[in-house]
Amino acid sequence: MSTDNPVSQYAVRLADDALILGHRLSEWCSRGPFLEEDLALSNVALDYIGRARMFYGYAAELSGDDRSEDDFAFLRDCRDFGNLLIHELPRGDFAFTMARQYLVDVHSVAFMTDLQSSTDATLAAIAGKAVKESNYHLRRSRDWMLRLGGGTEESHRRLQHAVDELWGFTPEMFEMDELEKSLAGQGVAVDVSRLQPAWDTEVRATLAAANMSIPEEDWQVSGGRQGKHTEWLGHLLSDLQFMQRAYPGLEW
Amino acid sequence: MSEHMQLFEVFIRSRRGLDHKHVGSLHAEAHAQALEYARDVYTRRSEGVSIWVVKSADIVASQEADCESFYDPLDDKPYRHATHYQLPEEVDSM
Repeated sequence: MSTDNPVSQYAVRLADDALILGHRLSEWCSRGPFLEEDLALSNVALDYIGRARMFYGYAAELSGDDRSEDDFAFLRDCRDFGNLLIHELPRGDFAFTMARQYLVDVHSVAFMTDLQSSTDATLAAIAGKAVKESNYHLRRSRDWMLRLGGGTEESHRRLQHAVDELWGFTPEMFEMDELEKSLAGQGVAVDVSRLQPAWDTEVRATLAAANMSIPEEDWQVSGGRQGKHTEWLGHLLSDLQFMQRAYPGLEW
Repeated sequence: MSEHMQLFEVFIRSRRGLDHKHVGSLHAEAHAQALEYARDVYTRRSEGVSIWVVKSADIVASQEADCESFYDPLDDKPYRHATHYQLPEEVDSM
């Protein structure tokens, strides 16, 4: 289920990023390490689901047919999802969830800040709302990086493991295909290739402050934007889409 | 929950001009984290414009046994109550 409108395709990618990460975060609901953090994580999850709805809603509007945001979220299969791979990795332990969140948050703040200047007024408006949320998410996730990195031997070990596992998935956040290059040229999309140096500086400074060693850059994985996913996305979608697949058109 | 967690009391000012009100308590490692959790736990429905967090251990509370010497002597001093003033209708937050 694709659409020819490039802005709509771009909006679907951003919505997929938000939906998939939001779902991963929502898996923590009632399983957080303690009540306060459980609520805080669920809040972040809800921010992402809200973001997904806005991007899907706009994509649906631009697609010019009668699809709704729900059709995008619940009735597409893996190959149609264009989220970055880092978002679909299983939530892992708390250190993994927080390390991913931190790496993504640093990117999101810069990304949404830039998207606010998009020549597309709707994308710019969604970004204006999202950047405030991401600033708060980053405040939390950076804090946890320092806390876990400088905590116990176990928390340090778990965080280092998480960073090592995630590192090869980060370069994909700065890749651009023809669609994004073309939209960036028109001032619609963010030129993510330009965001990498600042991201690198910020992340390395935090990793150093958290007593983490910087992983070796000898592997990287990408393909999410082209629908080439890890095995984990299918499992996630079977959970996320179960209701609409089992009871098509169900409403409540 | 880690042994380092401390109990904090949370006070929220719901809008400008009003005072902070006690809304509940929470656990956190330190003040900065307590402030963030207060935001996530107690202001999810736009309840506030300002948050205070105070370590519960730092609050000194009067005890039941203090009542007699603290409050009873005030019962026969009605002239201390501002009951004879008429409040203008516009003043609704006294």
